[in-house]
Formats: sequence, C-alpha cells, structure tokens
Amino acid sequence: MNTDLLLQLTVNGLIVGLLYGVIAMCFVLIYKSTQVVNFAQGEFLLIGAWICWSTLVWLKLPFFVGFLLTLGFMTLFGILIQAIFLRPMIGEPIISVIMVTIGLSMFFQALMKWIFGTAPASYPQVFETQTVSVLGMNIEMAYILSLIFSFIMMGGFYWFFRYSKMGLAMRATAFDQQVASSLGISVPKVFAASWAISAMVSATAGIVIGMVNGVSDSLSFIGIKVFPAVILGGLDSVIGGVVGGVIIGVLENLAEFVDSQYLHVGNLYTIAPFYVLLIILTIKPYGLFGTKDIERI
Amino acid sequence: MEARKIEPAEPLLSINNIEVVYDEVILVLRGVSLDVQQGQIATLLGPNGAGKSTTLKAISGLLKTEDGEVSRGEISFMGERIDKKNAEDIVRSGIFQVMEGRRIVEDMTCVENLRLGAYTRREGNIKEDIDMVFNYFPRLKERTGLAGYLSGGEQQMLAIGRALMARPKMILLDEPSMGLSPLLVKEVFSIIEQINKEQGITMLLVEQNANFALKCADYGYIMESGKIVLDGSREKLLNNQDVKEFYLGGSDERKSFKELKSYKRRKRWL
Repeated sequence: MNTDLLLQLTVNGLIVGLLYGVIAMCFVLIYKSTQVVNFAQGEFLLIGAWICWSTLVWLKLPFFVGFLLTLGFMTLFGILIQAIFLRPMIGEPIISVIMVTIGLSMFFQALMKWIFGTAPASYPQVFETQTVSVLGMNIEMAYILSLIFSFIMMGGFYWFFRYSKMGLAMRATAFDQQVASSLGISVPKVFAASWAISAMVSATAGIVIGMVNGVSDSLSFIGIKVFPAVILGGLDSVIGGVVGGVIIGVLENLAEFVDSQYLHVGNLYTIAPFYVLLIILTIKPYGLFGTKDIERI
Repeated sequence: MEARKIEPAEPLLSINNIEVVYDEVILVLRGVSLDVQQGQIATLLGPNGAGKSTTLKAISGLLKTEDGEVSRGEISFMGERIDKKNAEDIVRSGIFQVMEGRRIVEDMTCVENLRLGAYTRREGNIKEDIDMVFNYFPRLKERTGLAGYLSGGEQQMLAIGRALMARPKMILLDEPSMGLSPLLVKEVFSIIEQINKEQGITMLLVEQNANFALKCADYGYIMESGKIVLDGSREKLLNNQDVKEFYLGGSDERKSFKELKSYKRRKRWL
C-alpha cells in the first residue's frame, strides 16, 4: 500500500474539505436567514474569481487592491441579487424560489463564459515559493493559504453569530421573522446582509481555489459539490456545513486513492460523496446536525 | 369621554377611532379609541376574538407583517403619528411589544435573548441592564442552557426582561398570564407593577384574566367584537355590575338567566 500517497491525499482532502466547509457555511447562511436554497452559490465563487483575476491581469492592480475591490463588488452584487430577484419571491413556494436560483446560476455561468471566454486562466504569481515541505510532504503554498483562510472564516463566522449584533439579529430572523421585527430588527436589512456576506466569503473562496487550480467553469461545479456537504450536515446548521464539507473533502480524496490503487474505474472521486450522502440520509434524514425543534412535552 | 377631557396632560399614547382591515377585506377593529397616560398601567380586557391583540399589533406596527393595516383613524405616540411607521421604527421610538405566547428565541441562551432585546439601542451599558433584568428575575440567572428549555413562566419572564433591555418608554404586554399557574401569574404581575413603579415604564396590558389585570391597572378598557364598550378607572370597573358579572365572576346578587339580555342594551358605545 502506498502510505505516502494516502497521507498526501488525506491532507489534501482535509484542506479542500475545510474550504468546502466555508462555502457550505455561506450556503447555510442564506438558507437559514432567508429560506432560499441557493443553487447559484457556485457562481459566486466563479464571479468572484473572475473579477479578481481581471483586476490583476487586465487592470494590473496589486493583489490586495484587486482583492478589496472584488470584496466590495461582491457585497453590492449579493445585495442586488437579493433585492432584485429574491425579494419578490418571498412567500412564494420553495420550488419557484429554487427555479429562480437555478436560472441565475445558468445565466451567470453563461455570462462569465461570454465575458472571459471558455479557456481556463491562471492567476499571476502571488507567492514566491510554490511549495513548502511539512513532515516530508510537499504542500502547495496556496493550500496553506486556503487552510489559513478557512480557519479565519470559520472563526469569523463563530464570532459573528455569537457576539455581534448583526449575527444575533440574523439568528433571530432565522428563528421567526415576526419576532425579529418586534425586536426592532429590519428583516429586509438582515436578508440583504446575509446575501452580501455569503457572496463576499464565497468569492474569497473562489479566489483561493482559483490560485491553486486556475479560474474556469469548474469553480461553479464546487457549488454543486457543496450541496451534499450541506445536506449531510443538516441544511440549517452552520457547524454541520463545516463537518459535512470536511467529510466530503476527505471522502473524495480517499475514493481517489482507492480508485487509483485498486479499482481503476476512474472518476470515482466525484460520485463517492453522493453515495455516502445517500447512506447517511437514510439513517439520519435531517442530516448529522439538522435542528429538531425544541418541544417541551 | 367627558371625564377624559379634563385630564390636563397630553396622553403618552392615543388611539383615535381606528379601523383595522386584514387582507384588505376582513374588518377587525371598527373604530377603537383609547388613551394611555404617561406612567400608567392601562389594561384592555375582553373575550376571545374581540380584537385586543390586533389593537396591540396596530400600535406596534406588527400588523403589517400579517397583511393587516390601519385603514382609518390615527395612532399617536408622544404627539407623533405612528400608524404609518413600520415595526422597527416604532421600536426605536420607544414602544416595545411582548407578544402573545412569549415568542422568545428558543435556540438562544437567556443572555443572548436579552442582548437581542437591546438591538435597537445605541448607547448605555448592556451588561448593567442584563444585571438589572436578573435583579427583577433572579431565577433567569441560573438558567444557562437554551431558552427553549425554560418553563412557561420563565419564558414569560425572559420575554418581559427582553423588553426591558430596549429601554422602552412603553411596553405592550399581550396576555402575560397565558398558560401560567395562578401562583406564577401573581408573581409575574407583581413584577410588572414593580417595573412600572421603578422604571416609570408605561404599560398597556391585554388580558383575559380580568381579576389580576384590574388589580394592577390604573385604568381599564373593555372591548367586544372590535369596539371599546366600557372604560373607566380601576375602581369604577371593579364596582361595575356588568364587569363583575361577566369578567370577574360572581356578583353580589344572584340573577336569573333572563336578565343577561339586558347587558346588551346597557352597553356603552364609545
């Protein structure tokens, strides 16, 4: 057995999984506070990555300036998407809302192709060293960056929901919108804020992945991959999203290992997570961390 | 009406002949008028479906979240019209509603619920106010778990505490006694009175439990099918034969069932 490869793939899985976790958190953030299942989550990554890329390559701006510009743009973008497309859908059946987000997803995918072309593009060099050696394994610098990014985002989300005023307001809105407005919370503002934050963080994840793999259509596919992670963790649990993301990331890479060493069926890693999803959901239909309502009997 | 014209001070809250319509068709309130003076506890009594909760929601603006609207008349608070404002602006102007059935956020802790109450506040020490709430409700301090696991009485206390956190000028209480044991009702009401005295917060109390409500209120209104049918000071209402008979239970003399009909004729329409 090739232990080195196994170890390498597990570490990769953890790093990618944490990134999935961050994107899953963004997904849950929107679902929890606005009850919208956002199928266009992957496009947030794609758009963010392309925008940042264009500021670096076309406008030749330094990385941090481009990055901040992207964040600003995505905040605005998230708010506008919510205000223009999703606000009129409040109170409509969930299936119509899903269709809207699927439509948005297709539209933005095509739009990005139209503007930036279909060929993958790679980011200009941001770091000098490409790989670092940790415990005998070669780890790409960008992976380390993504690891740091994931932890900062998770810590940030934790702090935000536990201690910040807006975070508490979002949780209250997720619990009951009428209660939230009785407390003086502006529900439309909370909706806008959750889309803005979700778009911003997703875009950052898109940039991080773009640095590793280059920017291409496959970024939006990550939005689909995050879906099993979210359902696995329970649609409305932020921690569940993270755990689900890590599980999917590791599973993917383990499947890759089994595939390349023994089975040789090819592409097993893309479907393995969905098999596990099926099995777990048969046993726990609400996901691993989905809320059951508190009921005093 | 004559009596109220002599009142020297401008009322803190005044509702003038409002009509409330749900869904643009269902008329719930048909011309309700009431005044609440600064520092008072006023109570609004009446049977199920009379429109008590709707009146409170009309004041707090929550009506708009339920597809209802004030279609006629006006509500003013501290001399300013509020019937067109939305709920969060009304909270900011100093009216806080404690909704029926407590409605605390179940998947948060007590302290988080209290901090949520202070959402609209920009100044003041929130920690101190949390201590102040724990002073009124010492038993909440020991509960560190999720608020959903609190008993009904504790949830009611938390809901009132959460209202205090907003430092409102006026609290609208919707049936604080609902689902509580008589002993707890007594406790909750005495704390409401205490808060009114110590913090100077004006209260408008909607209740089914007329006994308790009239004991702590300064002024009372009685509402039936969308209208105020009787109003007066506590003493006046407590001594009123109709109120005794229909709301307080028992009266001085036994009456035959036949005489009940006379009540309808003796109703006083405002």
